[in-house]
Amino acid sequence: MENKGLTKVDLIFEKIDSKEVMVKAFGMSSAEIIQSILDSGLKGRGGAGFPTGLKWKYTAAEKNPDKYIVCNADEGEPGTFKDREILDRVSNKVHGGMAIAGKAIGAKKGIVYLRGEYRYLLPKLMIELDSFHKMIKEIGFDFSVEYRMGSGAYICGEESALFESIEGKRGEPRNKPPYPTSVGVFDKPTSINNVETLVTAMMIIQHGAKNFIQYGTKDSRGSKVFSISGDTPTPGIFELELGMSVQQFVNEFGDGDTKAVQVGGASGFCVPRKKFAETIIGFEGVPTGGSMKLFNSSRSMYNVLHNYLDFFTEESCGQCTPCRVGCQQLLKGVEKVKKGEAKSTYLNELVKLADSMKIAAKCGLGQSVGNAFKSIVGNFKEEIIY
Amino acid sequence: MYQVENLVKELSNKHGHARESLMPILQAIVQKHNYLTDEAMVEVARELDISAAEVYGTASFYTFLDTQVKGKYVIRVCKTITCSMKGKSDIIHTLEEILKIKVGETTNDKQFSLIETNCIGWCHKAPAILINEMPYTELTPGKVNEIIKDYMHK
Repeated sequence: MENKGLTKVDLIFEKIDSKEVMVKAFGMSSAEIIQSILDSGLKGRGGAGFPTGLKWKYTAAEKNPDKYIVCNADEGEPGTFKDREILDRVSNKVHGGMAIAGKAIGAKKGIVYLRGEYRYLLPKLMIELDSFHKMIKEIGFDFSVEYRMGSGAYICGEESALFESIEGKRGEPRNKPPYPTSVGVFDKPTSINNVETLVTAMMIIQHGAKNFIQYGTKDSRGSKVFSISGDTPTPGIFELELGMSVQQFVNEFGDGDTKAVQVGGASGFCVPRKKFAETIIGFEGVPTGGSMKLFNSSRSMYNVLHNYLDFFTEESCGQCTPCRVGCQQLLKGVEKVKKGEAKSTYLNELVKLADSMKIAAKCGLGQSVGNAFKSIVGNFKEEIIY
Repeated sequence: MYQVENLVKELSNKHGHARESLMPILQAIVQKHNYLTDEAMVEVARELDISAAEVYGTASFYTFLDTQVKGKYVIRVCKTITCSMKGKSDIIHTLEEILKIKVGETTNDKQFSLIETNCIGWCHKAPAILINEMPYTELTPGKVNEIIKDYMHK
């Protein structure tokens, strides 16, 4: 596997003249923009990693002229705070990325769905949105963005739940297919992209796909903003080139006593010390929306797991049984094992339950509860039992 | 209890009468009055021409759209892992002591409500809380004392 080592870069937060990039983008055809994004190999930065160029291509191919570009700013994954920082510091690039996506797919309307916890940003964003609207009007491109607020539901980060919420309903995920590219918000073809993805897409148009692919690896192109927290002397937001190992990451950000790193938040994977060297951070190893939490040897991994399961039990939308009941039973199950009310072999039954949830749950929430559960139980069994 | 008829009319004129206007309207009521009364939800239903059950069903899905009495200042303490590792319990104890209420309760004068919430996106500056929409980070019991005293004098 390719290993690029740890390199800090500064592209996402770099101040740019967005008008220049906009003029360049609007001078390109829809097909040219999509081809650039395809050539760049950009994968979604929200965590799921779907190729952005393909998403745009599918949405562009839809016949319905009424299309939407939705920016997913419902950043709720525990340990993720990069989208807030991006919106705070370079919202012009977020809006710019949306307009470029609009040009690519043929959408005139953009919606940013911002999580309720970030409402304090709204007054500032409205001022910046105003100047953005003026700027693209000058260029002569017909595109506008509006903001919709979330109200404290993690599940609304799931794309179809997010659409339901914009439409004024309970944020319950829809069945797929149909996919958003054909039936999205208000049942119109929709490209829904993460905040960072849109900014990165704008950078690709600015610098060209050729320059972009010099960063990262074959499977994980470019750089990415990481949200780093937990037992580290330097918590915060760092933009790093993709393709480093967890070991290299820990050498830079650990406190010298790191026993585990949770990559990708509560729905991600726990990497124990013995696997630091062999695990690459990226789509070829452990993928992440940017959440990196370090735990040192003073932490109980039972507490970590319990906290995550408590989180999922509360945030499960309750619509499908595997997720609603599964989360509750996993939580009760580990509590029983810890208290000695169930034998340690009961953990094997719980692992089977987590596997069933992966197959049977309706959306990504229920399907990924098993990631943290299995990687923590698998690597820290003693801490769960004793 | 608060007078809702005029407010709901005003809000639906601003945000529209379509189903998609529901969330912005409910959010605006909560911003102004901290929670949704039954009367408010019934009024919104009438204005948007949908059933009150639809309004309640939607409101009750979202933790920030409270349908129970809440104080003027809703304090949400993040309880997710990093905040929990970095002293969330001390913050809760301090708040409970100053406000003389437990988590989940509202002060008698309806000024403060204290609740726990899931990750609010400030893990690198844990422990963190939200008071209404304002985040406060890197808290210590001392800092919490000062912040709440400020709110008490507002």
